[in-house]
Amino acid sequence: MPLLFAALALIALVGAAGVLLSRNPVYSALSLLLNFVAFAVMYVMLSAQFLGVVQIIVYAGAIVVLFLFVVMLIGGNLPALGRGRRAYVRAAGVILAALFLLALLFGLARPLPNGLAAVGAPDGGSVQALGLALYVDHIVPFELASILLLTAMLGGIVLARRYQAPPKD
Amino acid sequence: MSIVLLSILKSLALIILLLTGFAYLTYYERKLLARFHVRRGPNRAGPFGLLQPIADAVKAIFKEEIVPGHVDKLIYIVAPALSLIPALVIFAVIPIAPDLRLGGFTLQFHVADINVGLLYLAAIASVATYGIILGGWSSNNNYALLGSLRTAAQMISYELPFGLLLAAIILTTNIGREAGTLSLIEILNQPRPWWLWLWLWLAFPMFFITMLAESNRSPFDLPETENELIAGFQVEYGGIKFALFFMAEYISMITGSAIMATLFFGGWRGPFADPGTWYGPIVGFGWFFLKVVALLFVYIWVRASVPRIRYDQLLQFCWKVLTPLSIGYLVLTALIVVFVG
Repeated sequence: MPLLFAALALIALVGAAGVLLSRNPVYSALSLLLNFVAFAVMYVMLSAQFLGVVQIIVYAGAIVVLFLFVVMLIGGNLPALGRGRRAYVRAAGVILAALFLLALLFGLARPLPNGLAAVGAPDGGSVQALGLALYVDHIVPFELASILLLTAMLGGIVLARRYQAPPKD
Repeated sequence: MSIVLLSILKSLALIILLLTGFAYLTYYERKLLARFHVRRGPNRAGPFGLLQPIADAVKAIFKEEIVPGHVDKLIYIVAPALSLIPALVIFAVIPIAPDLRLGGFTLQFHVADINVGLLYLAAIASVATYGIILGGWSSNNNYALLGSLRTAAQMISYELPFGLLLAAIILTTNIGREAGTLSLIEILNQPRPWWLWLWLWLAFPMFFITMLAESNRSPFDLPETENELIAGFQVEYGGIKFALFFMAEYISMITGSAIMATLFFGGWRGPFADPGTWYGPIVGFGWFFLKVVALLFVYIWVRASVPRIRYDQLLQFCWKVLTPLSIGYLVLTALIVVFVG
């Protein structure tokens, strides 16, 4: 098991590095895909099959496909990508990365929250357990999050819609 | 360790079965299309042209491998395999015959009983797009790129009604029991009341349309429309790499038929397919095979009789007709499960 985890972690890291280091955006998207798939397998190993499958459906099946779609539409070969960036962009990147690292270290240094044992139990990641948690115990935050997503979707539609003149006759 | 070995053997047997099935599906299709066109179809190689698929396979394998100079080599070579693998692995969760019990030994005729089997179908179907998208992009050809853009839009759009209908089928597994199931094997083992069968068959035409679109079959073969895109995503492919794309399309027809046979027509169930007897698996596989062949006939029938639709019609039909219909079906199914089940 630890060996399998190490191999998967390595694959996930290679994928993550590939996203950053590839010059070609299509290769970046594919590295991201590799990363997502490695994580999906890790979820399955943690007996959270539902999460693993949903990770594939949502991230590998929809989001990366849309990335590829956009990259193809604007042209896969952008020679200017990564060059000629302003200095403040780089500075902002470094500061954001440092803040993220700080948050990560802070989270790791704290003791683990209560209730994690239930998640790690053999049936903790099953569809039934997840369904009970989402639709019974935490129904209000869950529905609020879905309303937030709906609002974002409506906003996207409003922004993307062009004004159409009514037909003349 | 023996479980691993058994799974490997089962997977091998399944792959051989599927590849043979692919070869003879091309023969079946050509013969049937010939009937629809009032001609004879392949009849030269062997009796009734039965050796034609083998001749085609030999031809594809021994063709010279050409990698055009302007392609993105790595992805160009990987893409055909990426499109074939999902079509093959989806079969792992489909039970093709009842269990065989010999003494204390039980042989199950499926590779894996995953407790999220139906979602596994959706997951594999959603990554099946990559082969075609990447094949078209790496070819570095405008026609191929247009073909793969169409694939991306088409398959993502049709996954929506596909997923909604799957959700409705998952809901019906709740009827008359404490908790539903996502495993295909358990769904097959649940007895369904007759009115539930009728209700499910109401969804079958919609489900069949999404399967047609997911496997890029006519009238939804917009990614390769030979009259406007000269073959779309596969225009730069030849020899065995082209054959792999071809294989992926036909094997996804077989897996699509197998999924529909399992979800809507009871899979291996039929008269005399009794689990636990020595003849059960043979008769059960026979029923399964017959159902799959009948559904494949419908695929080919549709191809022979319906003209290809325009691309904007394809997307409009999905978003303005099929998706609202399947949302309505899902809501009605939920009501039935709550008030009747």
